[in-house]
Amino acid sequence: MTAQLERPTGQPRAPQNSQQSQGFEPGELRDLTYAEAVREAIGEAMAADDRVFILGEDIGQYGGAFGVTGDLFHRFGGERVRDTPISELGIVGAAVGAALAGMRPIVEIQFSDFTCQAMDQIVNQAAKIHFMLGGQANVPMVLRTPLGSGTGAAGQHSQSLEAWFAHVPGLKVVMPTTPAEAKGLLLASIDDPNPVIFLEHKLLYRERGPVPAGAERVSLGVTQVKRQGQDLTIVATGVMVSRSLAAAETLAAQGIQATVIDPCTLSPLDDAPILESVSQTGRALLVQEAPGNVGFMAEIAARIAESPALYRLLARIRRLSGLDAPMPYAPALETASVPQVDGIVTAATALVEES
Amino acid sequence: MTDSRHIDQPDADAEPPRQAAANGTGQPAGTTAPSADPEVARTALALMWRTRRFEEAVDDLFARGLMHGTMHLSIGQEASATGACLALRPDDAITSTHRGHGHCIAKGASLERMMAELLAKDTGYCRGRGGSMHIADVATGNLGANGIVAGGIPIAVGAALAYQLQGLDRVVVCFFGDGAANEGAFHEALNLAAIWSLPVIFLCENNKYGMSFSTERAFAVPHIADRASGYGMPGVTVDGNSVDDVFAAVTTAVERARAGGGPTLVEAETYRWKGHSKSDKNVYRTRDEIAEWRERDPILAFELQAREAGSLTDDDVQAVRDEARAAIRDAVQAANAAPDSEPGHLMDSVFAEVTA
Repeated sequence: MTAQLERPTGQPRAPQNSQQSQGFEPGELRDLTYAEAVREAIGEAMAADDRVFILGEDIGQYGGAFGVTGDLFHRFGGERVRDTPISELGIVGAAVGAALAGMRPIVEIQFSDFTCQAMDQIVNQAAKIHFMLGGQANVPMVLRTPLGSGTGAAGQHSQSLEAWFAHVPGLKVVMPTTPAEAKGLLLASIDDPNPVIFLEHKLLYRERGPVPAGAERVSLGVTQVKRQGQDLTIVATGVMVSRSLAAAETLAAQGIQATVIDPCTLSPLDDAPILESVSQTGRALLVQEAPGNVGFMAEIAARIAESPALYRLLARIRRLSGLDAPMPYAPALETASVPQVDGIVTAATALVEES
Repeated sequence: MTDSRHIDQPDADAEPPRQAAANGTGQPAGTTAPSADPEVARTALALMWRTRRFEEAVDDLFARGLMHGTMHLSIGQEASATGACLALRPDDAITSTHRGHGHCIAKGASLERMMAELLAKDTGYCRGRGGSMHIADVATGNLGANGIVAGGIPIAVGAALAYQLQGLDRVVVCFFGDGAANEGAFHEALNLAAIWSLPVIFLCENNKYGMSFSTERAFAVPHIADRASGYGMPGVTVDGNSVDDVFAAVTTAVERARAGGGPTLVEAETYRWKGHSKSDKNVYRTRDEIAEWRERDPILAFELQAREAGSLTDDDVQAVRDEARAAIRDAVQAANAAPDSEPGHLMDSVFAEVTA
């Protein structure tokens, strides 16, 4: 920001560097970053539906701590791109109440670690209202928040808490890993009549990829097979998807062909493609950034073990997870705390050699 | 999908609150004290007796082992719920608390559906999924009781934000207790409402105890309403056992909120006659203290006021009492005859259905 501070007026400004997909044919592919794709989804949803608004800390003139909301404040004004005080519990609660009263709020929590400040409204209120009220009301809200390590931000700004949310009935949990999925899944999340926890990996924000113009949705609850191979199945989430795909290329050079599966929606989970793939390959390598203990991949391992795929296994199920330790600061320590491409290659090779 | 922009009239078995006619006597301009208007006095008395008899029936059903779970009774606090809701329009909203039967009834809930919920029936407000602590009636603007102390305060702020964004002149009355005023949610929510001038009336029912912890021990300020100045909003402490006083304070706050003037904190001083919940042995207060407050029965006080004002005769009062007793008896009978909640559809109820 410039030294001269301006108070938000609530009045829309002229678009600046707008990444709207207007001017392109629907479906036409443009090269966007993940952050731009998220912004485009928010902008298109707000342009199409007056009920949609976004609130959060420093999302207005500042454009968001990670620059995701960017110019939305200038396009839609301070009423609908609403800066808030540092009050995570208050603003998530305000989103819950606004959703109950007919709006479609999107709330940005600056770091997913800060959801801890808002947990009552997420877990005890948003997740349960539809069920607990016997279906009288819905909470159609989206909570967007960046997660993950890799930025040297240490223990209170680097966690991967997706398993916490996936453990709570009534929350949908989405973790997009490409720009196109970020846009399409966010549009579908805004449409959804339920509370959606939308987890954006902060290392992906600058990743580029083709994104279709227009309002094409990517359905929640559809697991994506991102690479096909007959020797083993790698299931990965978040930034581990791209690391697993990179590892799969190295493995292919060694003559090992890996399938890579990205659930995209962690809850409710579409496990059929995972179980089917593991039945075919007989080997499962489950990769997550979060600490392994009671993590999301423990659920995947259990579902494989409870399914007929168990009888097709040629090797033990293998999990590759972050250390069961808080995220450290020093670069070498941080890198050592979460799976890297080399580690995925090593684990996959060992799994194939074991059988 | 519930669209709360279309709020229906309250159910027929609770007389809808109405604005009183102009004839001010210490009341906000253009309003009459409820006790001074025959029709409003009758409505207020009916709401309070229905609340009292409903909760006595619930207490009795629990004591006889005919009701499951837990519940929190507001006996002795009926005036604050009634006085506040009388100041509202049918399309205004409330959020409520774990001690919320009176709020529900005052906002127009069906006694039969409330009783059915407590008796674990499929015809209950929450189809047996919520129980006493989660009764909501979204159709009458009751966005829900809440099992979490202060849980409803940020939600009330959000509903008020929605009304402001929608350009509606609806207001939200946010009920909470003295205990909630020491939760972080109270601080964050009051500040948001103040900085955005949201149409919320924060109605603190100070019943002197957060479970066993007295307000003397829990607060270093004499009145909870004193905290309002810290948020830049008006704060007022009133006799929570007086329907007229609560109505007057909330009416002033509602007028201010509807005109875009922002929130108000109203503290209604009252007292819970019964224990916090089933487990309460009342070891933290004296019999004398309870007896002293029972002398200040808000319902009997209102009957006396309305009779002295010439609004209600002795026969009127007796008729309201008889009607309340009959309405609760009918509600219990109807609820008992209703089908039990069934576990068959539980998993279909976790998420709202996605429509194309």
